[in-house]
Amino acid sequence: MSASIPFSAQLINLFAAVILLLAFAMLAQRRLPQLINLFALQGGALCLATLVAAVTTGQVHLYYSAGLTLALKVLLLPWILHRLVRQLKVKGEVEALINIPTTMLVGIVLVMVAFNVALPISELSHTITRGTLGIALAVVMLAFLMMITRQKAITQVVGFLSMENGLFLAATSATYGMPMVVELGIALDVLVGVIILGVFFFQIRDQFDSLDIRHMEKLKDN
Amino acid sequence: MISVSGFLGQLFAIALALVLAPLLSGWVGQCRAWFQSRSAPPLLLPYFMLQKLFNKDVVLAHNASSLFRAAPFLIFGCMVLACAIVPTLSTDLPFAPAADALALVGVFGLARIFISLAGMDVGTSFGTLGGRREMLVGFLAEPALLMVFFTLAMIAQSTSLATIVETLAHRDLVIYPSLAFAGIAFTFVSLAENARVPVDNPATHLELTMIHEAMILEYSGRHLALIEWAASLKLYAYSCLGLALFFPWGIAPGDNFLALVAAIPLLLLKLAIGGAFLAGIETVNAKMRIFRAPEFLGTAFMLAVLGLLVRLLLESRV
Repeated sequence: MSASIPFSAQLINLFAAVILLLAFAMLAQRRLPQLINLFALQGGALCLATLVAAVTTGQVHLYYSAGLTLALKVLLLPWILHRLVRQLKVKGEVEALINIPTTMLVGIVLVMVAFNVALPISELSHTITRGTLGIALAVVMLAFLMMITRQKAITQVVGFLSMENGLFLAATSATYGMPMVVELGIALDVLVGVIILGVFFFQIRDQFDSLDIRHMEKLKDN
Repeated sequence: MISVSGFLGQLFAIALALVLAPLLSGWVGQCRAWFQSRSAPPLLLPYFMLQKLFNKDVVLAHNASSLFRAAPFLIFGCMVLACAIVPTLSTDLPFAPAADALALVGVFGLARIFISLAGMDVGTSFGTLGGRREMLVGFLAEPALLMVFFTLAMIAQSTSLATIVETLAHRDLVIYPSLAFAGIAFTFVSLAENARVPVDNPATHLELTMIHEAMILEYSGRHLALIEWAASLKLYAYSCLGLALFFPWGIAPGDNFLALVAAIPLLLLKLAIGGAFLAGIETVNAKMRIFRAPEFLGTAFMLAVLGLLVRLLLESRV
């Protein structure tokens, strides 16, 4: 049976499955603080998956990227987001444009598409983690879906960050991670992006007394 | 083909199910009371209830048809059959070829149809309400349960429960992420099917919220006893099924008598832990509105489908 897959690859597969599960949990989550906690958990699973890949392959820069994930996505970004939620006094409920069961069904369809698209690509790769490419693609698409279906700006930022998680997983699974310079650059970009968006949140709220991005449509020239 | 030891083992498993099922219900009730820091009812309360009900006379409504009288026996029979198919102690079950995992879903479905029909038979509004709600929950839970079984059947290359458990219990250490998904989905479905707290409250008689209790309001005497016993048998069958599929260690392979004896204390231990776990779930969750049940079971279905997909993507390469 599946015993031909080495144990480390099974571990990575397990963590990838957990990441996918958390992506769905984020899609279904109605409350903002829990959503941020789920995002932190997803980062943790990603960190563990990278760590297992690092131990198995002995690639030093994978250790660095695992550490970077831990510092940035498990600790720093959730802390910033929690602080933002507190300071902005956002109400806990997240409003979705489509109701949640429908979103879930759309999500399943996206996962099927992602798995089918990724299958021929992962055949070309020779890493032990190639099986997770489909999951990485699925996580990216689910994060997209979350950004599309949510109204509040903070939820969309969480979706954006979750998408970055998916991309990171894709990079690890297809080629054992990107070069260190690229990875550092992306990490910095994400961090700066979140800080700038944090400033934006305050501006949006001052302008409209709400974080609902539909109000921004009023800014059009007539 | 049927060996004597296998036949005896099968009979023993059924007898054990009949004896243990009320005990499991009593244990869950006791744990629940403890977790909620109430003083617990005695562990043997379900047995006393059964004895009391069997000694009472049956009161029938004037317009009750023969279906109303036959339904308890049918439901009880369905649940005994379900307990006979599920491998509790050993996988050497002569009854196993009679029904595979999919037929087991059918057996549960048959019992559900009869209990709903019986609930509607007398024509009270509560019975009809309960029957409708039961069918709503059932029709959402069944596809999720089937998906869980499909995932497992793909791992074991067979839909026979005995073969599935045999494969899962005697494998090398392989991590199946799909099993984790299927396990969570199965837990959701079991909660809904056994009228447990997030979907229904087994202890309530509040008319707005009850599902299972609403259907059996008209029953009394030995009929009610059989239905209560069948409900605890259903809980026992689901618990054993979950334990056998997701924690299969210690189930005796074939007709090894010593292993069979060794499996009994292990089963008791696993059931005790499982019962406490169930009571824990019931304590930390609040009962949902009935209209949230589709979302709850939709999540279960989604998890089961994800398990199936993950199985196809990650684990299919031999």
